[in-house]
Amino acid sequence: MNRIKQKLQESTQKGQKLLSIYFTAGYPEPQDTATILTELEKSGVDMIEIGLPFSDPLADGPTIQRSSEIALKNGMTTLRLFEQLKNVRDSISIPLLIMGYFNPILQFGVESFCQKCKEAGVDGLIVPDLPVDEYNTHYRSIFQKYDLLPVFLITPQTSEERIRAIDDASEGFIYMVSSASVTGATSGFGQAQKKYFERVSKMALKAPLIVGFGINNSETFAQATESTAGAIIGSAFIKHLTENKTAKIADFVNSIR
Amino acid sequence: MSYQVNEKGYYGDFGGAFIPEMLYPNVEELRSRYLDIMKEDSFQKEFRQLLKDYVGRPTPLYYAERFSKKYGAKIYLKREDLCHTGAHKVNNTVGQILMAKRLGKNRIIAETGAGQHGVATATVCALMGLECIVYMGEIDIERQAPNVARMKMLGATVIPAKSGSRTLKDATNEAIRDWINNPEDTHYIIGSVVGPHPYPDMVARFQSVISEEVKLQLKEKEGRENPDYVVACVGGGSNAAGIYYHYLDHEEVGIIAVEAAGEGIATGKSAATSALGKEGIIHGSKTLLMQTDDGQITEPYSISAGLDYPGVGPMHANLFKTGRGEFISITDKEAMAAGLLLSQLEGIIPAIETAHALAIFENRKFKEEDVVVINLSGRGDKDLNTYIDYFNL
Repeated sequence: MNRIKQKLQESTQKGQKLLSIYFTAGYPEPQDTATILTELEKSGVDMIEIGLPFSDPLADGPTIQRSSEIALKNGMTTLRLFEQLKNVRDSISIPLLIMGYFNPILQFGVESFCQKCKEAGVDGLIVPDLPVDEYNTHYRSIFQKYDLLPVFLITPQTSEERIRAIDDASEGFIYMVSSASVTGATSGFGQAQKKYFERVSKMALKAPLIVGFGINNSETFAQATESTAGAIIGSAFIKHLTENKTAKIADFVNSIR
Repeated sequence: MSYQVNEKGYYGDFGGAFIPEMLYPNVEELRSRYLDIMKEDSFQKEFRQLLKDYVGRPTPLYYAERFSKKYGAKIYLKREDLCHTGAHKVNNTVGQILMAKRLGKNRIIAETGAGQHGVATATVCALMGLECIVYMGEIDIERQAPNVARMKMLGATVIPAKSGSRTLKDATNEAIRDWINNPEDTHYIIGSVVGPHPYPDMVARFQSVISEEVKLQLKEKEGRENPDYVVACVGGGSNAAGIYYHYLDHEEVGIIAVEAAGEGIATGKSAATSALGKEGIIHGSKTLLMQTDDGQITEPYSISAGLDYPGVGPMHANLFKTGRGEFISITDKEAMAAGLLLSQLEGIIPAIETAHALAIFENRKFKEEDVVVINLSGRGDKDLNTYIDYFNL
């Protein structure tokens, strides 16, 4: 069974909120990937999103942009990431997703990319600039062939009809963007977000909701997961890596949950 | 076969809308409404009136007699350089500001490279009394100080793009991020036929007034609507889209697209996307773009800031792939020489972008009776410093 599906089931049964962590592959150093993955798993994180660095990350704020820039300067490439994952996969069992923009995946070849993902033990893909309709028309069968779960984003502006269409295409979870913003832009949630989380939760979708963007401490994690299945932390963890390199990862995770 | 966009937003294999979900509501609102709005009588009336009284249209179609004699063809110049603000860019910003008003948006954002589109956007925002924010690469801000001053004088806020290579593509990224952060009240005026559908088509339609006028003007001068060739420089490709538009599906009219070779295609300092690009996605559009084997978008180079975009609009990618368009690349050196030549033969100082289109006649030969229409997309005032340095004037 796909590791993401299994994890989602387990946490639903236990009534536990999922914590997922994002980091950019190749940051702060190209060879840090395995250490970060291992430390995150040891610290009790439930899922990990590995950012494939891109020169033009449209949906990201300055923190993740900067980490991508440095990763690329460090010589991080798609092939190198697959090598690193293959080497570490046997020693960790945590669900892994790759989050990457579509152009590097297209250049690699979508089918080859998915095949490499499977070989490296990747369980799902988040491609923010691959819209659900393009996915359904051209890529669904390839993702399914390699047992990769597609994860789509919704925002406070996404219509109910479109949320339903995204739910139909989703096999794992739905990535619920907390507010109209790029990554790392907001801190703290207000009434508007609370209402949005509740509104979508009440739609009784088949895919669980996991909230991302704007979660940076235990307070925002608790707020985000009150009516949803879990939350994702990205920019705040990148900042932690900037300050501490790969040290004290457990401290960071324990400060959240 | 049509070279126009299809109902799904594609030109052949190119185009589409590869955008993050955060942009979907805005782009979808525009997509579902732009054609209806453009068809409204009141829209057309206001658009046409502004083009006439404010922009100064129709622009002349000028028979360049001495230039023609030198190269042995009947060469006409479509004088977009005479538009208000000095280039064709304003045709699109006038159209889009009217669109923004009808969509109920009161905050305008734009990206700019050389500053021409930024100035054209700041101009129409001043005209309509709307807030205007222009993103411009930090490096371009240093290179194009006069245009930065013009935008400020027009009341716009110029925000430096400090990410990536700090030029046009990064300014575009920053504008898109701004739009993600401001999904309710903001309209993004893209300056070229790039970006997600419906932008390439909408911008092409606003610029299509250029070839619409050429048809009438040529009929008067040559007794026929169709020239043998239409020629334009291509960065993103908006002036080219404008002069090709009404001829796209008339295959008897040759389409020539001129790209910036920079210091030469093989030198690593070039912006000739058709020669150096591969299919991929940039700014929400599937098109040809310059990139590494790993799919990282690379920084192009040209002496003209208006041509150093790493992609081309999807319309042009399709013209290239299908062979409908003939693509020629021109080096900095060739373009600068052509700019000087036109100045001295016709008394018209062209923008360096435009000078690339004028430079093709050195190597591309035409028949004596061929009617060739070149889009003289902009005037050279903004480039005086580059001309001064280059020729030690």
